[in-house]
Amino acid sequence: MTSHPPKSNLNTDRSRLIKDKLAKYSISAGGTLVLVALLLIFFYLLYVVQPIFESAQVSVRNSFVTNNAASIRAVGMEEQSEIGYTLANDKVDFYHIKGEKTGQSIASIALTFENQVTAFAKSAPHQGLYAYGFDNGGIVFVEPSFAVSFPDNKRHITPEVKFPYGQTSMQVVESGDAIKQFAFGNDEESIFVLALSQNGELSFNQLLGEENFMTEEIEWTLESHQLKVENTPDEVMLSPDGTRAFVRAANKVYVFDTRDIEEVSLIQVLAANQENANLVSMQLLAGANSLMLVNDNGEISQWFEVNTDNGREFTKVRAFETKDTTLSALYSEFYRRTFFSVNSNGELGLYYTTSEAELWRGQVVDGAISMFAISPRSNAAMVLSSDKITVLEIENEHPEVTWSALWQEVWYEGYPGPDYIWQSTSASDDFESKLSLIPISFGTIKAALYAMLFAVPIALSAAIYTAYFMSPELRRIIKPTVEIMEALPTVILGFLAGLWLAPMIESHLPAIVLLLILLPISILLVAFIWQAIPQSIRHRIPDGSHSIILMPVVILVGYFSFAMSPLLELWMFDGDVRRYITNDLGITFDQRNSLVVGIAMGFAVIPTIFSIAEDAVFSVPKHLSNGSLALGATQWQTLVRVVLLTASPGIFSAVMMGMGRAVGETMIVLMATGNTPIMDWSIFQGMRTLAANIAVEMPESEVGSTHYRILFLAAFVLFVFTFMFNTIAEFVRQRLREKYSSL
Amino acid sequence: MKQWFKSGSPWIWMTGGAVSISLISVIGLLALIAGRGLGYFWPAEVTEFKIERGAQSDTVIGEIYDREFVPVSRLKDAGVDLGNFQGEEVERLLIKTGNREYVDLDFRWILTTDIKSQSNPADLAVLERSKNGNFYGYVVDVEKDGVMLIDNKRTELAELVERAVSYNDEALDLQNGPIGHINYELERLRLKEKALALKEQLTNEIAADFEAQREAYRQEYLVLEKELFALRKKAKRDAVIIKDMRGELVRVPLYQVLDVTFPNDMGIFSKLGHYFKQLGKFLSDDPREANTEGGVFPAIFGTVFMVMLMAVIVTPFGVIAAIYLHEYAAKNSITKMIRIAVINLAGVPSIVYGVFGLGFFVYMLGGSIDQLFYPEAAPSPTFGTPGVLWSALTLAILTLPVVIVSTEEGLSRIPSSVRQGSLALGATKAETIWRIIVPMASPAIMTGLILAVARAAGEVAPLMLVGVVKMAPTLPVDMNFPFVHLDRKFMHLGFHIYDVGFQSPNVEAARPLVYATAFLLVTVIVALNITAIAIRNHLREKFRSLEH
Repeated sequence: MTSHPPKSNLNTDRSRLIKDKLAKYSISAGGTLVLVALLLIFFYLLYVVQPIFESAQVSVRNSFVTNNAASIRAVGMEEQSEIGYTLANDKVDFYHIKGEKTGQSIASIALTFENQVTAFAKSAPHQGLYAYGFDNGGIVFVEPSFAVSFPDNKRHITPEVKFPYGQTSMQVVESGDAIKQFAFGNDEESIFVLALSQNGELSFNQLLGEENFMTEEIEWTLESHQLKVENTPDEVMLSPDGTRAFVRAANKVYVFDTRDIEEVSLIQVLAANQENANLVSMQLLAGANSLMLVNDNGEISQWFEVNTDNGREFTKVRAFETKDTTLSALYSEFYRRTFFSVNSNGELGLYYTTSEAELWRGQVVDGAISMFAISPRSNAAMVLSSDKITVLEIENEHPEVTWSALWQEVWYEGYPGPDYIWQSTSASDDFESKLSLIPISFGTIKAALYAMLFAVPIALSAAIYTAYFMSPELRRIIKPTVEIMEALPTVILGFLAGLWLAPMIESHLPAIVLLLILLPISILLVAFIWQAIPQSIRHRIPDGSHSIILMPVVILVGYFSFAMSPLLELWMFDGDVRRYITNDLGITFDQRNSLVVGIAMGFAVIPTIFSIAEDAVFSVPKHLSNGSLALGATQWQTLVRVVLLTASPGIFSAVMMGMGRAVGETMIVLMATGNTPIMDWSIFQGMRTLAANIAVEMPESEVGSTHYRILFLAAFVLFVFTFMFNTIAEFVRQRLREKYSSL
Repeated sequence: MKQWFKSGSPWIWMTGGAVSISLISVIGLLALIAGRGLGYFWPAEVTEFKIERGAQSDTVIGEIYDREFVPVSRLKDAGVDLGNFQGEEVERLLIKTGNREYVDLDFRWILTTDIKSQSNPADLAVLERSKNGNFYGYVVDVEKDGVMLIDNKRTELAELVERAVSYNDEALDLQNGPIGHINYELERLRLKEKALALKEQLTNEIAADFEAQREAYRQEYLVLEKELFALRKKAKRDAVIIKDMRGELVRVPLYQVLDVTFPNDMGIFSKLGHYFKQLGKFLSDDPREANTEGGVFPAIFGTVFMVMLMAVIVTPFGVIAAIYLHEYAAKNSITKMIRIAVINLAGVPSIVYGVFGLGFFVYMLGGSIDQLFYPEAAPSPTFGTPGVLWSALTLAILTLPVVIVSTEEGLSRIPSSVRQGSLALGATKAETIWRIIVPMASPAIMTGLILAVARAAGEVAPLMLVGVVKMAPTLPVDMNFPFVHLDRKFMHLGFHIYDVGFQSPNVEAARPLVYATAFLLVTVIVALNITAIAIRNHLREKFRSLEH
C-alpha cells in the first residue's frame, strides 16, 4: 500500500524545497560576486583610462555666410563657444554660433579710427588682444570681451569691445611712416611692438607706461631700436612677453634677443627651409618656447632653444611630414602644445608636438581657409573660407598621450635631448606636461629588486630550515611569530624606515657593510666550534635548535658592527663616510635611499615568501626524504637533491608572490624614499614608484583630466603586473598540490 | 675541513642563522616600538646646564632628548672651535628646551665639552601648554584672580591649574555641544529651504516658518555665547610668572596651561601616577598643535568606526562566497576563475583599491547619489567626496579574500559525516548549511573577521584617497540627527602616523608621539592576530577530536 504524506506536510515540504532552491541561487550569485568585483575593478580602470587613447574628432557644427568677408581681419570665439566674432577694419561683429540662431548677429560695434588702417596683428591666443596699425605709424589695441550675467538664473552673455590701452592711437614708428606689418607682446607695465614700416624699416619698440601722479593717467614713453635683416621681411613675430623677436625673410628666420631694449641683438639666423622648398609661415606654440615653421613641401618643423656648446641655440627638434604642398598657415592652441594647420584646399590638420602625433586631418570646408580660430576650451573652432564661416566641434581631450609619449624617449622643450621624464604638474598653465611612465616603472622595479635582494635569501633559508630541520615544538612557535610580521601595518615599517633606519644607516654605513661580511663568517665559525665540542655536551641540546644557539651570536655581531662603525669610519674614511661617498667617489647620497627601501620592504616581503615556501617544503612527502636518507645521503644532500627539487615550483611561486607584493607596496616607498622620479640604479639614491606616485599625485589631480587618467593607467599597469605574478604563482602552486597528492 | 663542508652542516647552520635574523628583527622591531612608544609618557628629568664656550656663557634648561658621538674632524670642518679638546670623538646632547615662542629653536644640540656644570633642581617646573608646547622654568609668582599669592604657591598653583582646565573643558563642551548643535540645525534649515525652493514648493508661509525657527536658534545662541564668554573670562583670570632659562620673567596665563609638574621632585610613585595620567590623556584627548601634541582619540574612534562598518559589509559577502565555493560550486572553469579572482583580490596592491574606490565609489556612485538625493547641497558634494562609507566599502573589497579563505578553511575542517548525517535525516541542503554548518564554522568566520579587521586597521594607502584626513573637525558619530554621518571624513591611526611623522612642520618634536601611536596600532593589530591564531588552533584541535 502506498501512503501519501499528509497534505500540510507537502506544503511545508514544498516551501522548504523552494527555500532550498532560493538559497542555492542566492548563494551562487553571492559567490560569483567575487569574480564580478575583480572584473569590475579591471573594467572600471580600463573605462577611465580608455579615453586617453581615443583619437581626436573634428566635425562641422554649422556654417553661415557673412557679408563683409573681404574686410575681415580675424575671427574668434568666447569660452562657451556660443558666440563668435569677426574683426574688420571698421567694425566688430558678434554672431550666434550655436543652436538655431546660428548666423544671427548679436551686435555690430563700429570702430572709428582717425587714420587709415594699414596693418593688423593679434596676440598669443590666451591674451585675446588684437591691434590695428595705421598709416601714421600708430596702433590701437582692441579686445572683444564678454560680460556674463545671470538675470532670472539664466546665463546671459553680453559682448562688448574694449580698448585696453585707450582709443587714441599710440605712436610706435617714430618717423610716422605707415605700418606694413607688426607683432606685439605685453607685460604689466610695457607694450612691445615689432614693426615693419612701409619703407622697409624694421624696429623693435617698447612703450613703457607710467602713472602720472597728478592726473592718474598712464603716460607712455616710447623707446625704439632699429633691426637689420638682409632681405625684406615676409613675416614678423614676437613672443608674448617680448623677450624674443622672430623675423622671417627669404627662407631665413632671424632671432633677436629683445629682453633689454638697450641691448637688442641678433642671436641666431636659422636657415630653416628644407632643400628645394621654401618657408611659408611660422607660428609660436603655447608657452612661446617653440617656433613652428612650415615648408611648402609639407614639412612642419619644431624649433626651440637647446643648450649646445655655443650656448642656447634654436635647434630643429622634430618635423611632421604632411606631404601637403598647399599648407598656408599654422594656429596654436591656448595652453597645450596642440597646433592646427590649414591649407588652400579647405583641409585642417591637428597635431601635438610632444607626443609627435598627427591627431586628425581632413577636409572641413570647400575653399581655401583664410582665417582660423580655436576656442579657449579647445573644443570648438571657427573657420573663414571665402565668405562662409564654419563652426567646428573638436574633441581633443587628451592629445598629450600616445604610446610613444608614455614609453619612449621624448624631446621636451628646453631639454638638451630626448629623455624619459615624469613631471606631471607645474604652477603655470602653459606647462608642457611630461608624462613618461618609464621613470616610475623603473623606480618600481628598482625598489622591488632591492627588496627581493634582501628578502629572498633570508626568507628562503629561514623557510627551508623551519620546514626541514627545526624541531616541531619550536616550529609551532617560530612560524606564527614570523607570520605576525606580515600583519604589521606597512605604515609602521615605512615610518621606522624613514625616521629611524634612514638616519641610522646614514651615520653607521660601515656597520651595514661589516654586518654583511661578519655575519656569515661568524655563523660558520660557530658551526665549526660546535662540531669540535665533545659529543656528550652536544647531545644534551636537542636537534634543530641551531637558530636558538645562533641568536646571541647574531645579536653580538650586530652590536659589534655598530660599535665598530665610528672607528672604522675614522680609520678608513677620515671620519665621514657620507662625505667620502659624495666627494671622493662622486656618488650622490640621499638619506632616504634604495638601501633603506630594500631593507624595509624586504622586511615586509620576508613573511610572504617565508610562509608559502615553508608550506611547500614542509609538505614534501616524508617518504621521499626518508628514502633518500635510508640510501645513505646526508641531511643536506637529501634537502638539496630531493626536497628542494620537489618543492621548487612552490618556492618559485613564493618568490613570485613576494615580488607581487613588493611591486605594489605603497607606504614604505612613500616614506622611505625621497620620491624623486630619477632613473639610476645607484643604491644610495631613491626612486619614485608607480604606487607611491599615485598616492602622492592622485589627491591633487583634477577629475577627468589627462593627469587623472594617467594615474588610473598607472594603477591599471600595477593591477595587470600583480595579476600576472599572482596568477602564475597560483597556477604553479595548484600544479604542485596535485603532484604531491599523486606522490 | 673539506669533509666538514661536504657534510653540509655549515649550510644548515647558515639557514638556521636566517631564522635567527628574522626572529631578531621581528622581536627587535616590536621592542623598539614598545620602548620608544611607552617611554613617551614617562616624566623626564629636567636639567639645567651651565654652558661656556670661549668667552660666552649661557644657561640651558630642558630635557635630554637624544645623545650621540660626533667625530671631532667633522665638527672642525663645520667651524666649531673645540678649544684644546683631545680625542677623536665628542659627545653631544640634544636638549628639548621648549619655550617655543621665546627661543629660535625648541631643540638644541650642546657639546658635552662645553658644559661647565649641570644640575636637576627640584623646583624646576614643566608647564604643559595647549599652545606652543612645553614651558620650562622656575615658578616665581602665582597670580590668583589678579592678585599675587604670598605663600603656598605650589599647592595653590596646582589647584588653579585644575580650575582653569575645568573651565576650559566646560567652554569646549559648550562649544562642541549646544553651540555646535545650533550651527548644525541652522545649516539643515538652510538646506531644507533650498530643497523646497528647488522643487518650487517654497511658499511665503513656509519661508516665514523657517525664519521663525532660525530666529529661535539665534536667540538660543546668544544666550549660550554669553555663557561661553563668561567662562572664558573666568579662565583668563589666573596666571603664573616664570623665570625662564634666559633669566627673564615670563607671565604665562593659566588658561593655556594644561598641567604643571616638578619632575625632579617626583618620587617613583608619583611618576608612575603621572605616567598613567598621561597615557589616559593620550587615549582620550583631541590632538593639538597640528597633531604633534595631545591625544589621538579621534583617530582611534575613526579607525574603530570605519573598521566596524567594513566588518558589517564584508562578513555576509565573504561568508556567502566561501559557502558557495565549498558547498555548492561544481568543479568547472567558473569555479576555477573564482578561485583565481580570490587569490588576485588578495594580491592586488592596496593603492589600486584606493584608485578604484575613488573613481567608482566616490565620483561615480557618490556623484550620482548627490544628484539624486542632495541637489540642494550643490555645488558642495555630500557623498560625492571621500568619506567614511566609501573607505569602509573600499576596504571591504580589499579584505574580502581574507574572510573567504578563513571561512573556507573552517568549512573544510567540518567532517563530511556531519553533513551527511543532517541530509540523511531529511534536512535540505540549505537547512543543513544554515543550522549545522554555519554554526560549526562560526569560529572560523570569527577568525576571518578578526584578520580582516586587523588588515583594515593597518591599511593606509587606499584610505588616503577615499576618506582619511589629517584633522577631522567632527566625529562620524555625534548627537546631531541622524547621529551617524557616513558622508563625513575621518581620522585614522595609520594615517596619523604618516601625517605626523612626515608632513608635520616639527618632525623632531612630534616623533615620540608617532612612536606612541605606532605602538598603539601595533598592539591592537598584533593582539587581533594572536586572537585569530588562537581561535584557529583551538578550532583545529576541536575538529581533530571530532574526526576520531
